[in-house]
Amino acid sequence: MLEIRNLHVSVEGHEILKGIDLTVRAGEVHSIMGPNGSGKSTLAQVLAGRDTYEVTAGEIRYDGQDLLGLAPEERACAGLFLAFQYPVEIPGVSTSYFLKSALNAQRKHRGQPEVDALEFLTLVKDKLKLLDMDERLLNRALNEGFSGGEKKRNETLQMAVLEPRLAILDETDSGLDIDALKIVAEGVNRLRSPERAIVVVTHYQRLLNYIVPDYVHVLVDGRIVRSGDRRLALELEEKGYGWLAPEAEPATVTG
Amino acid sequence: MRVGAENSSPFVAACAALERDVARGPAWLTPVRNAAMARFMERGLPTVLDEDWRYTNLAPLARTAFRRAEADTNDVAPAQLAPFLLEEAAAVLVFVNGRYAPRLSRRTPTPGVQVASLATLLRETPDVLEPQLARHADHHAQALVALNTALFADGAYVAIAPQSVIMQPIHLLYVKQPGAKPAASHPRSLVVAGAHSQATIVESYVGLGTGVSLTNAVTEIVADESAVVDHYKVQRELETAYHLGTLQIHQQRATQVASHCLSFGGALVRHDIRTVLAGQGGDCTLNGLFNVHADQHVDNALRVEHAAPHCNSREFFRGILDGRGRGAFTGRIVVRPAAQRTDAKQTNMNLLLSDEAQIDTKPQLEILANDVKCTHGATIGQLDADALFYLQTRGIAAPAARSLLTYAFAAESLAQIKIESLRRQLHAVLVARLPGGDAFRELA
Repeated sequence: MLEIRNLHVSVEGHEILKGIDLTVRAGEVHSIMGPNGSGKSTLAQVLAGRDTYEVTAGEIRYDGQDLLGLAPEERACAGLFLAFQYPVEIPGVSTSYFLKSALNAQRKHRGQPEVDALEFLTLVKDKLKLLDMDERLLNRALNEGFSGGEKKRNETLQMAVLEPRLAILDETDSGLDIDALKIVAEGVNRLRSPERAIVVVTHYQRLLNYIVPDYVHVLVDGRIVRSGDRRLALELEEKGYGWLAPEAEPATVTG
Repeated sequence: MRVGAENSSPFVAACAALERDVARGPAWLTPVRNAAMARFMERGLPTVLDEDWRYTNLAPLARTAFRRAEADTNDVAPAQLAPFLLEEAAAVLVFVNGRYAPRLSRRTPTPGVQVASLATLLRETPDVLEPQLARHADHHAQALVALNTALFADGAYVAIAPQSVIMQPIHLLYVKQPGAKPAASHPRSLVVAGAHSQATIVESYVGLGTGVSLTNAVTEIVADESAVVDHYKVQRELETAYHLGTLQIHQQRATQVASHCLSFGGALVRHDIRTVLAGQGGDCTLNGLFNVHADQHVDNALRVEHAAPHCNSREFFRGILDGRGRGAFTGRIVVRPAAQRTDAKQTNMNLLLSDEAQIDTKPQLEILANDVKCTHGATIGQLDADALFYLQTRGIAAPAARSLLTYAFAAESLAQIKIESLRRQLHAVLVARLPGGDAFRELA
């Protein structure tokens, strides 16, 4: 589903990703772990299409097509979803209007009929219940004044409504207490299916107790220095990242 | 300083002719009008050399001889006004080219409210006007106030009796229908809110037909002790219109006045919005939203004077500029030595949608007391790149995402409008004007 080959990414002339190779097949859950500044978030943002990063070498194929040639909205319509580490507050746009616009934009792109207000409400209310979220959130401006936990749940809600084929979760666990973490993880697990893939970007192993990955990759200073199964995450929990550090220069850019 | 030659400009000469047509009014008003006219003839129109007019050039106005409009109240059909009426209104006074149109107005008697045409009152019972009319707006310092004071032929008088609480808005609808020759009117409004009263006033300035017009409006709002006044000024004239408007608010002790200035029409528009917090514990909110496109120009010049202790003022103005549109915002806050514990806050946010649009924004703080809190902030920018990317990653295409963010920027101002029909009308005006705005029709 996703094939990353020798990906090099720079921002303002400073190289952050220094040759990433990663293959994610449908049905799999991958976790990308690493210390702060290792480039995890950069990878997530590049996959979603952020244009402040410059891809200097390599390629990304998604379902066989050149992902880097697609605009962010085209990637979304093709089923790629990024749950943001820092969801953006947009005053003046209600959460429900935003989510309905997004859903209909994607449906339209796929040649499906748009959902009307009533169908949308039925759909979204089901998802809200599953995520133990307050319905009143729908009428609030998108992420405005939301607590850290509410923002992360809202990301999960969007994912549940949009039902992406490839979901990338960027530090979705940060800012969540243990109860919220379980609920969010449950929302993610509900998406797991043989047709879908999930990439969980995280600093801590904690989330992986609830979203159990098939593969774990450790990113240090812009390179994947080790891959393994979930036991690798447990090992990292025990030993930290220090023992994996490559001889390359220390990372200075926060990812 | 002005040069004598300016006084012979076509504009000034036409004003002198207009003056001959205007009924001078009662004995107490005549000297005020004469002094105002003399002051205007002495000063002429403001120029960009005046600090307060740096960003707005009235030269095209000075070259134009504005006469009285040919069309009168019989030339407007009730159906033409439908898009501008507010269903909640307790009363609507309609003025066509500055003249009261009883046929188009609706004045259901409401206890505690007097609503009348100024021309009628000046003929019949002028003494009720004497304590307040032309006592607050400064015709000595402001040339356009002087011109209006000298030349106003009609306008509205709204008086709320003490203790009266009027929930439904009172609507003053000033309709401009210029005709073939440039036509001017100088409407005057006076709102007097008695002690402990509460009321909502809407002033709309709208245009019909085609042609060049000038509206030089002055509104005085006087809020007696503990009065609560919500005021809306809606400017939706033709894009060939000149609109110069002065709002002068005078607030006594413990009053709460909120004035919203919503500006969409006009070729050249200037709003002078001034308030004096004259009594302790007063609270003043000035909100504004303007949108210019093509070659439109809107200048908001605010002046909040804290003259008494323990008063709050809030200014919150937003501008959306597209095409070659130009805008200006000047926020002057004056804190008098007596005005301790003043809390004043000013925010001006502007969105530039094109490379050729331009905004000048300037706070001016003049603080003469020592125990005060004054903050100001201004932003000029394009749409937030993070927000744009966020919307795109959800599948919303870039142009639609840009429209949505632009709409959202304006929607925050519209959300402050408490009158539902007005909010809906302006929402529709906005979606019709914003690029891609059509997509948000359902979002009223």
